[in-house]
Amino acid sequence: MSLNALPLKIPDVTVRVLSYIRGALSVKTLEGVASVVAFVALWQAAVFVQVPYISNLPYPADVWNSFAEAARTENYWISWAASLKRIFVSFLVAQALGIPLGLFMGMSRSFKQILFPVFEIVRPIPPIAWIPLAILFWPTEELSIYALTFIGPFFVIVLNVMQGVASIDVSLKRAALSLGARRIDIFWKIMLPGALPSILTGMTVGIGVAWNVLIAAEMIAGHTGLGRMTWEAYTNGNIPLIIVGMASIGLAGYLCSGVVRFIGQRCMPWKNRF
Amino acid sequence: MQRVGSKSADQYRLLDVAGVTKYFGEDLERQVCLENCSFGIAPGKLSILMGPSGCGKTTLINLIAGYEFPDSGSIMLEGTSVSGPGSDRLVVFQESALFPWMTVYGNVVFGCKVKGLSQMETTERAKQILSKVGLYEFRERYPSQLSGGMQRRAELARALINDPKLMILDEPFRGLDAMTKELMQEFYLKLFEETTLTTLFVTHDLEEAIFMADSLVLLTHKPGRVKEILDIDLPRPRHFSMMASKQYFDLYGYAMGLLAEESRRAFDAGSLPALDAISDPI
Repeated sequence: MSLNALPLKIPDVTVRVLSYIRGALSVKTLEGVASVVAFVALWQAAVFVQVPYISNLPYPADVWNSFAEAARTENYWISWAASLKRIFVSFLVAQALGIPLGLFMGMSRSFKQILFPVFEIVRPIPPIAWIPLAILFWPTEELSIYALTFIGPFFVIVLNVMQGVASIDVSLKRAALSLGARRIDIFWKIMLPGALPSILTGMTVGIGVAWNVLIAAEMIAGHTGLGRMTWEAYTNGNIPLIIVGMASIGLAGYLCSGVVRFIGQRCMPWKNRF
Repeated sequence: MQRVGSKSADQYRLLDVAGVTKYFGEDLERQVCLENCSFGIAPGKLSILMGPSGCGKTTLINLIAGYEFPDSGSIMLEGTSVSGPGSDRLVVFQESALFPWMTVYGNVVFGCKVKGLSQMETTERAKQILSKVGLYEFRERYPSQLSGGMQRRAELARALINDPKLMILDEPFRGLDAMTKELMQEFYLKLFEETTLTTLFVTHDLEEAIFMADSLVLLTHKPGRVKEILDIDLPRPRHFSMMASKQYFDLYGYAMGLLAEESRRAFDAGSLPALDAISDPI
């Protein structure tokens, strides 16, 4: 039997697995792994040789053990759930109010002239500066945390959407009008999709701001959450757990940004990348 | 001097632009953009609007399309005053104005959808139009995935599906490479000769103008006035070989003289002349 008689067609699954392995072994991935390994090694070395000021830092292994221990407690996961829930609700409300407001301010001149001055006075106040007022104003601490986490991304999204609407090419609007579009068509079919890239930029920036404010608010006003957990680790002098808390916050923020980016790519199939 | 073009005779006009004046700016800074512009377009004819840069061609297009309104004078389509944008006059813009978030198909059926045509009729017409412009295979692509020539054809399809009475093309082939431009000219010309869809076409390119037009409306440098209307009586269907005929050269030379005069005025006044309009023939 000659070799030619063998079916040379490689099954689909094999091809996929092979390409996956090749992807996992790509230079980019290896570089990423090397970077993390180098960071941990540097940390280990810095603590080992007692570099001034950071000699109190625990070894990476201690932090890992602390994490393993924390992960077995219910409290750790309750903290995750509490922070994620706050982010989710506040961020959603910020988008739900901010996107329409931004669209209207971008579309209607008079609407903008009425609202924008006030908006511009309030906007530069850093969200963290709202903490005292929020705690006094809202009946529960939980509500004040929601409110604070709302304020951060809210202004970001409104500004982005407004600017996004303004940047829509006038000829697109004109073309739509010529083709017989009514105001409502213009809004749904031109303004909204036209502003979508800016909406998603606003969301990406906004989710980062939301985490910033949330952690600060939790440290000051919360009873649960990753920020609170980190703060309590500090008051107990548990340095490894502080670092576990920080890393957890970092990871949570990263995951949230990933979700936003994923939604972005799904919403805008006409853009190859976002 | 040998007479190469005759003044347009009075005849029934689909579009009638009468004494249109348009200003820009206010009070002391007010500038006359168009002054007492009058011309008409006969049904089934391809008219070309030419003039030096900044003479108000695009403003005139905006007025006819209904995006802006004249300060005096009137624009009538089939005896009805133009009062806003409408799908009886459709514009293909200088820069692509396809909706980037819709597929080619989505763009083409936009007009039918907002007017509430039935799904079946829409699909049928879209299929027909897309096949005609050779984009049926590409209907699921987004505009950014198309070449410049394909984008222009998609834009034509988006307009044609609405059966406009007047097609307005504002330098539609600008920015395309020479070969694509030539193919698009040929394509539009063929389409026009088949359908005799009344067309107003703006260009900077005199070769293109004479090759395609039934009549040539030349505007003056600021303020934009109608300098002359030339009838181009080259036989139809047009073919590229006609660009070597004596008639073509005579028309070209005569129109070039008029254009160069205006371009020079524009140049002396400090604005850039339409360089591509005063290049040598072929």
